[in-house]
Amino acid sequence: MSSTISTSRVVRFPRFDRTERIVHWTNATLFLILLFTGASLKLGFMATLVAHRETVKTIHVYSGLLLPIPIVLGIVMHSGAQLRRDLGRLNRWTKDDKRWWSSRTRPTVQLGKFNPGQKLNATFIGASIVVMLMTGSIMKWFKPFPDSWRTGATFVHDTTWLVLCIVIAGHILFAFRDYDSLRGMVAGWVPERWARREHPKWWAEVVAARDSASAGAAAEAAADATGDVVASAQERVGEAGAGAGEMPVGDPVDGGARDGRGGREL
Amino acid sequence: MAESGSPIGRRVFLGLVGAGAVGVLFGAKIQDALSRAFSPIVSKDGTGLSAFLPLQGFRYYSITGDFPKRAPRDWQMTVKGLVDRPYTVNFAQLTSMPSTTLTKDFQCVTGWRVPKVEWRGVLLRDLLDKAGVKPAGKALRFTSFDGAYTESLTLDQARRDDVIIAYELEHKPISSDHGGPVRLYIAPMYGYKSCKWLDGIEVTDRVIPGYWEDNGYDVDGWVGRSNGRDDEPTS
Repeated sequence: MSSTISTSRVVRFPRFDRTERIVHWTNATLFLILLFTGASLKLGFMATLVAHRETVKTIHVYSGLLLPIPIVLGIVMHSGAQLRRDLGRLNRWTKDDKRWWSSRTRPTVQLGKFNPGQKLNATFIGASIVVMLMTGSIMKWFKPFPDSWRTGATFVHDTTWLVLCIVIAGHILFAFRDYDSLRGMVAGWVPERWARREHPKWWAEVVAARDSASAGAAAEAAADATGDVVASAQERVGEAGAGAGEMPVGDPVDGGARDGRGGREL
Repeated sequence: MAESGSPIGRRVFLGLVGAGAVGVLFGAKIQDALSRAFSPIVSKDGTGLSAFLPLQGFRYYSITGDFPKRAPRDWQMTVKGLVDRPYTVNFAQLTSMPSTTLTKDFQCVTGWRVPKVEWRGVLLRDLLDKAGVKPAGKALRFTSFDGAYTESLTLDQARRDDVIIAYELEHKPISSDHGGPVRLYIAPMYGYKSCKWLDGIEVTDRVIPGYWEDNGYDVDGWVGRSNGRDDEPTS
């Protein structure tokens, strides 16, 4: 395994599954439509350039109503297991995360799957979906609310739009500064070397889980009395790239996991 | 495999949503204060970047697919209907008539308000007197060269001394965005009453509701006394 990592061959390491990528890109598309149509409604020079106010407004309102759907569907769907787990990861801040912000202490930080900037970005985007939907709805269906709420909602909507433009521009900029990171969201995988360097705790976690899963498969096989089933299970383990050759079948769970990780320490 | 650590993401999320809700309740007051604080900067802003800030200011609406443009020398307006002497007036003729200057807040029915906007133009009643309204004439219908917008006033409303046919905004010719070269300005009413890109006045025997009134807005659009709103009156 270590020889594979040190050669130029790129080992694909899965980062975002299909559901996560679909949620991300539909959400991103809706956000871009909303930012553009919103600007065409609000900014004087855009309004006079684009005009067709009623059409733009209709597109804006319907895209806005669709906005929470991708993420909510992703969360409730069966295939959203990894998305749910990643949302849990985005929620949790470790002591290391706090040290990440300073360039002095950053080199000592062992990151999990997400860096604190990504966590903050995701949290802000999530909150802004709720805030924009709430204020946009008050602006659109203003009748039951006091006048000052309508003005207040417009103010919050405009302010959040401005911050969103900055945050999303930053998000895109950072993505293009690190193609490996971008590939994670486009193709779903990153080079294993990148995962190990940039997100070592996540890398170790995935590897450990993969090994124990392989070890579990091996253990099942071992529990079966017939030798050819053991052999075929070991073949499966070998395909999974988990170093089946070193796998002590007798003590699968502990030994398998430990050996798996040890073998990857350069 | 859940990561350890504090659930700070959730706290930030709830904090931001809470801040948004507070902003809805108090945003009107915050915006007032911000607009006052920024007004010296915004008034000197040559870059137009202040448009990005969530401050008070004009928003430009058009009900058609574009913002119609007409140079002052190509502009003319007809005054017709139940009058003794129908006529057409051009830009030079209009601006050579005695003018009136009004400085008032501009209030939109959707909530935005621009404080102390200065307009210059000719009193509507002077233009009507020039044509001589017949006794049967009770109301006015305004048309726009965007080809779609219409507005209305009763004759009594039209004769107020805070209703003008405007051709200057803040000491400058009215730009196309603002409804230039000539637009109606009805100081005591919501913005939708002040027909932009004006090119026609017709005296009618009854009020014919205009574009927005057909879409649910009040015909008598007094600021603070119509459309279910309680804004401070503007005039």
